[in-house]
Amino acid sequence: MKIFGEKGVERLLSVVAFSAISALALIALFIFIEGLPFLFRYGVKDFLFSSDWRPESGKFGIYPMISASFWVMLGAMLVGAPLGIAGAIFLAEFTPKTVMHIVKPAIELLAAVPSVIYGFIGVVVLAPIIREIFGGPGLSVLAGAIILGIMILPTVISISIDSILAVPVSFREGSLALGATVWQTVHMLTIKAAKSGIVASIILGMGRAIGETMAVIMVTGNSVMIPNSPLDSARTLTANIALEMSYATGMHREALFATGVVLFIVIIILNSIASVAIRKKVIVK
Amino acid sequence: MRISPKYTQIVAITILGAATVFTVAILIFIIIFVLEKGLPILSFNFLFTNPTDMGRSGGILPILIGTVLLPVLAIIVAAPLGIGTSVYLVEFTHESRITRLIRFGTDCLAGVPSIIFGLFGFIFFVTILGMGWSIMSGGLSLAFMILPTIIRTSEEAIRSVPKAYREVSFSLGASRWQTVRKVVLPNALPGVVTGVVLGVGRSIEETAVVIFTAGSSLLIPTSLFDSTRTMAVHFYILAREGLSMDNAYGTAASLIIAVLIVNLSAYWMMHRFIARRN
Repeated sequence: MKIFGEKGVERLLSVVAFSAISALALIALFIFIEGLPFLFRYGVKDFLFSSDWRPESGKFGIYPMISASFWVMLGAMLVGAPLGIAGAIFLAEFTPKTVMHIVKPAIELLAAVPSVIYGFIGVVVLAPIIREIFGGPGLSVLAGAIILGIMILPTVISISIDSILAVPVSFREGSLALGATVWQTVHMLTIKAAKSGIVASIILGMGRAIGETMAVIMVTGNSVMIPNSPLDSARTLTANIALEMSYATGMHREALFATGVVLFIVIIILNSIASVAIRKKVIVK
Repeated sequence: MRISPKYTQIVAITILGAATVFTVAILIFIIIFVLEKGLPILSFNFLFTNPTDMGRSGGILPILIGTVLLPVLAIIVAAPLGIGTSVYLVEFTHESRITRLIRFGTDCLAGVPSIIFGLFGFIFFVTILGMGWSIMSGGLSLAFMILPTIIRTSEEAIRSVPKAYREVSFSLGASRWQTVRKVVLPNALPGVVTGVVLGVGRSIEETAVVIFTAGSSLLIPTSLFDSTRTMAVHFYILAREGLSMDNAYGTAASLIIAVLIVNLSAYWMMHRFIARRN
């Protein structure tokens, strides 16, 4: 190891340290190079707000996909956020440490289940149930929302638990000393003090929901149309890229990369908000 | 009418507890569902014979090889970069605008959806660098994807090595790099390895990136520039095209078992690491 002197190692590491940010820059660069020229040539407004997606006749309006991504994401948040926050509060405040140390990793294991398996369970278990109860095709915005809602649970629970546990014990003791019950302390004090972390967990969950591809392809039905009801089939931005990329050429391919540009920008915005919120940690009002 | 706070608390705990039980139940349901249908298909023969008729029958040997090769390549590339980054962040620099930028970049990279890694890998490695759909393109794209996981976990592990260890080493006249190599890294090793193992897990689970960059060949790869498919991709294709439900379930069961082994061993290592620390 004498090849590198002390200075050499430090210099080498200072270069290596930029690998992640360079990777991010490289990804942004190439997605933008492929997508941006098309976006401007075709017109940002037409691309984003036209509902006409017919690649074979040169029509590339992604509004139906934006709308589908939005509704599926919103539905996923309605399922995942309350369930996740409830789980986080329960584990952080109402269970002994030993139980939490078993259950938290188990929940994080949910994040390790491959998305194709979620998608598959959505198809063979969830879609038939939806068809039975509500009618419609089964493969729908609702099915996508439920599956994604489950998929974001580990993100929401894990980050929320961390931010709840970061609230100083003295806060709680003060409240309990005043005669408040544990639950009163939790909902009047702890949750408020941990608010920014919980918000961050939800925003990161939104990012995961918008970015998820394989599970969504399998369960939402993939019709290119603006969904009118949760039972309609819909195609998200990610599904649109994945489904058509394999055979797209020319303008069509550029349009898919432009869809990637839109997705990339949305995700970076969400992550920036979340990272600011997480850095804030506990705020005492 | 005022409801007593004690009563409200009981109701609240019941609802919160139910939500938690429900979440854990989903995990258990998924694992049992897949294993129940897939385990009867799994056999030595299934794992170690070639698929025939597009995977409708036969086994998953080439897929097994692909599932090992892609994560290994990804780790070979991402582990040095990720561990190097975290060593630099913790040992060689102070909190500054630059470290904040590096952390922000890492967080953003962690949030980038897999489909974007797939698009990037397709245009950069497959097309521009001319690697084609190959183990090389797939492994490199996965390396980009797992970099944040490795950086975060090993940063935490390195940070948790007590300051006193370093001070003793410095006081004996060791340089910063000697201290890192001889004292910090050996002590942080289980935590660092956990990050690497989690990276392997992420690579095994991934589908979108692999389809776009490694293709979906069913042949046993003979070089790093051959196309291959992983279990996740194989399962997706079998299930989606309805080629063979039996083989799909068998593949799903192998996939879930692989994911469980990898992630549980990561938790086990992390647990031991924390226990030793305390």
